[in-house]
Amino acid sequence: MTRLTEAFDRISAAQKLYLPIEKAEQVNFDEYAPGANVRLDVTKTVKSAKDAFFPQCEDFAHFHMDGKSINVKPVAPESEPFTVFGVRACDARSFKGVLDLVFLSDPLDPYYAARREHGTLVVLACGNPEESCFCQTFGVNPAESADGDANAWIVGDTMYLKAVTEKGEKLLALLGDLLSDADDQPVEAEKARIHEEMAKLPLADLSVESLKDGAMMEEFNSPRWKDLSAACLGCGSCTFVCPTCQCYDIRDFNTGHGVQRYRCWDSCMYSDFTLMAHGSNRPTQLERFRQRFMHKLVYFPMNNDGVFSCVGCGRCVEKCPIHMNIVKVIKALGGKKHVD
Amino acid sequence: MLNVAREKLASGEVKRVLGWEKGEFWYDLTPAFFETEESLNGFVYNGFSGANLSKYLIKARDWEGKTLVFLKPCDTLSFNQLLTEHRIDREKVYVVGAGCKGMLDYNKMKKLGIRKEADVTDRQAVLLGKCLACKGKTFYAFDEVIDDEEAQKPIEVEDRFNEVKKIEALSPEERFAFWRSQLSKCIRCNACRNVCPACSCVKCVFDNPNSGVASKANPDDFEENLFHIIRAFHVAGRCTDCGECSRVCPQGIPLHLLNRKFIKDIDELYGDYQAGLEPGSRAPLVNFDKNDPDPKIVMERGENA
Repeated sequence: MTRLTEAFDRISAAQKLYLPIEKAEQVNFDEYAPGANVRLDVTKTVKSAKDAFFPQCEDFAHFHMDGKSINVKPVAPESEPFTVFGVRACDARSFKGVLDLVFLSDPLDPYYAARREHGTLVVLACGNPEESCFCQTFGVNPAESADGDANAWIVGDTMYLKAVTEKGEKLLALLGDLLSDADDQPVEAEKARIHEEMAKLPLADLSVESLKDGAMMEEFNSPRWKDLSAACLGCGSCTFVCPTCQCYDIRDFNTGHGVQRYRCWDSCMYSDFTLMAHGSNRPTQLERFRQRFMHKLVYFPMNNDGVFSCVGCGRCVEKCPIHMNIVKVIKALGGKKHVD
Repeated sequence: MLNVAREKLASGEVKRVLGWEKGEFWYDLTPAFFETEESLNGFVYNGFSGANLSKYLIKARDWEGKTLVFLKPCDTLSFNQLLTEHRIDREKVYVVGAGCKGMLDYNKMKKLGIRKEADVTDRQAVLLGKCLACKGKTFYAFDEVIDDEEAQKPIEVEDRFNEVKKIEALSPEERFAFWRSQLSKCIRCNACRNVCPACSCVKCVFDNPNSGVASKANPDDFEENLFHIIRAFHVAGRCTDCGECSRVCPQGIPLHLLNRKFIKDIDELYGDYQAGLEPGSRAPLVNFDKNDPDPKIVMERGENA
């Protein structure tokens, strides 16, 4: 671990490197520069690592007005390699298991695709899972991910690294002399310990078995939605900290002498989400609230071979201002019933 | 509290009870409307009932029948302010004042390894930020109060303007750097705005596609800063300093400091004023008095900053 900073300096000298970095008391994935306050000990960054491949805000084109002529400058998709180090297995699954299905299927999203092509993902095992974690509900293995390019484990003062893909091998080759061959045993023991920790968590037995095949569709008109959504503030916290929320809007920003065309995350919690000429098709917060959970637990799986679009990272569980979240919805509408 | 709620529901005097419902863990209470005596089994009032429920009464205004609401002392200021702004109907609300020992911050508790309220020995150390500026134990609006000696004990408070004074003492460059470091974390989730009892516009300009300033993200630094500054201006003189904005911010931005700066300025320029102290009061910014400072004060202060 003493060589970790050296390793980060070396990677960042060759390419952009994103790490969980603390700024103004909060830890988020951010571009590394020597001296940054790297916090690999923090299990959950406030926002997921989604920004690295699908940023909250990205420019598509700049239009500059000059008299009667308009100068259009499109923004090119990513063309340089970069590394995202220290994402957790849940976030890694959100890319490979959910966002890829959205953005890499027809019609392909060139911006996302370029970042996926050039980005190397190093997944850090969750040595200290938190009580709001429930990734195992969605089949994510927090001890060893198959969704990134390399895996990392921190055991005591040692970081163990193992490549999963060719990109991962290339990254480890770049670190070359900073690494030494290691025995499998400490990592195997750590994996076993993580599984034991996970089994002790309060949401360890949360199951979505009963929600398979769009079963929750039957609850579309359930009176429970009214209670569940009653206190919803209609803010976008849940959607913006979520690793799998993928809805976006494309907007024009008036710069005063031109237009900045950008894409930004949208939130189904917002009153102007998918607003059409005839008005909104989800006029109240109940419908907006229901949409978010039906999308994750019914519509997405129905369109994607049964894959739920939740990875159980639990950020919404921690960040919702009124503490209403997917766990409470699953328990109220068909998952494991609330047990006191 | 539960007895009052049950009685009022059973007698039909109120149609629903607005309170807090138990969660999945030890801290995650959700504000909830209880419409039946049976549903009240989920009702809880404890150190995690920090949410200010007064703003929910805006929607209850349009519903049939009366709503019983539990308000903590500071929540009653928001309630009065909403009455002043004609956003809620006093006739349709039965206010039960709920004694408050100061609400808990589960993040502070987690850091100290404390996992339930009963294990808290030093309450002061784990209070919500807003409770560290507790405005006292007086209820400014109520039909009935349920209080006890324990809840009446005052909370130690520092001068709530201390942090503002520290920022005022910085150079303009340092001050800008401080706010940039904080506001650059903003994810524009609007939690601060949506929870704010003073932000009660039916349609916010930032959500209105016809306003020309609608935005779902911060396309640049300027927007990032201005969203919060504009919001602070908009609630200036109406903000009761309830502190909900900072409590709900997922990125821990100390938004209440912007509001407190305005409150401090208003106090200094027009004399001490607390929004929501009494319904119908005219805030200094919407009132005129011959003793009001000359508007040129703004320029002078700008030049001396």
